Amino acid sequence: MRRSVSIAVLTVAVVIGVGTVDVGQKDLLASAQQKPETTEVKIDNFSFGPGTLTVPVGTTVTWTNRDDIPHTVVSTEGAFKSKVLDTDEKFAYTFSKAGTYPYFCSIHPKMTGKVIVQ
Amino acid sequence: MTGKSKDEILHDRNDDGIDRRGFLKCMAWAGTGALCVMSGGVLKSHSLSRLPGLSPKEAMGELSFVQISDSHMGFNKPANPDVAGTLKAAVDKINALPAAPEFLLHTGDISHLSKPEEFDTVDQILKSAKPKDVFYVPGEHDVLNDDGKQFLERYGKGGKGGGWYSFDKKGAHFIGLVNVMNLKAGGLGTLGHEQLQWLEDDLKHLKHSTPMVVFAHIPLWSVYPEWGWGTEDSAQALAYLKKFGSVTVLNGHIHQTMQKVEGNVTFHTAASTAFPQPQPGKADSPGPMKVPAEQLKSVLGITDVNFVQGQHALAVVDSTLA
Repeated sequence: MRRSVSIAVLTVAVVIGVGTVDVGQKDLLASAQQKPETTEVKIDNFSFGPGTLTVPVGTTVTWTNRDDIPHTVVSTEGAFKSKVLDTDEKFAYTFSKAGTYPYFCSIHPKMTGKVIVQ
Repeated sequence: MTGKSKDEILHDRNDDGIDRRGFLKCMAWAGTGALCVMSGGVLKSHSLSRLPGLSPKEAMGELSFVQISDSHMGFNKPANPDVAGTLKAAVDKINALPAAPEFLLHTGDISHLSKPEEFDTVDQILKSAKPKDVFYVPGEHDVLNDDGKQFLERYGKGGKGGGWYSFDKKGAHFIGLVNVMNLKAGGLGTLGHEQLQWLEDDLKHLKHSTPMVVFAHIPLWSVYPEWGWGTEDSAQALAYLKKFGSVTVLNGHIHQTMQKVEGNVTFHTAASTAFPQPQPGKADSPGPMKVPAEQLKSVLGITDVNFVQGQHALAVVDSTLA
């Protein structure tokens, strides 16, 4: 009985340890992302990648359609709207105000994404 | 798809390759070819290869028309670099039918990118089809960039609002619905309040015995909402149609044939004349399915529908382009 308890404690400790390392890596990535002013979202397999993108104010985000099927990038709240993007076509938008910008593909509305501007 | 999944045929009482229960389980076969006759909500089907053995009454009825769908003119990727060629093959097949169908129904995605030249090419190819009347509903690829303005100018004359309309042929009532406009983030196809209201009014004066044929691009039944293969407010439309003894719903969009029966309503989706799409959930996304060139025509096709007056029956024949 005592032995199984100690295994459980050990397992919890290992999980916490891994969690801490993970958070550290995210911080590093976040600080690396502060520098570039352009960021790319790829449209692949009927999805936006990354689905949620966090960028500083002033960043230009470029969407590239890598599917065989056309897509669009349309702000749910009307902030931006691309023309239809055929394969390999791009759409860029510069975010000058902080806020959360949900968007979707108006042809395949199940495809949704979000840009968080800080 | 030539093989049948294990549970499709449980009791093949009519020796027709399909039983009722198998049918109700939502059969999915990509263009193997079947003639389906609906009678009082019960379906009988005959495989295409057995058509010569059918009586003319069974095979033709008094009204026959052909459904084609998803031509995607302008698409030129590896899944099918010659969508004009495969549309022409569909027209050849239509012209080879034993009796010329009365008219054609095109259930949308005529073009790939809504370009005028894409529509022009399709119009040109369809001119060589024996039936001269073509009835269209738009797919989402036909209303890109201009909220459907061009589509309505070309094909929507006489339609209401966003292009929906109805007409009568030999006692059957046909309704073309539009469910590809004003799509909302995260949602499915949409008919909208205005169109639903029109539908309710349109149906008011009709006898319940009138056979109904409803056609729209995106399926009006929930094929696979995860991929957007359904229509948000179709339940309301179907509620208005419930009182009719025979309702057939024809759709495109999913580039494969699929059928389902719900009470008096038979749902049917047509194959694309351009390129196949995967079965629901069987791939990461609903993108074009690449098949070897020699197999392509076996997964593309046309749908031939025969209406037998006075018997409340519709016959649906799927044939492949191979």
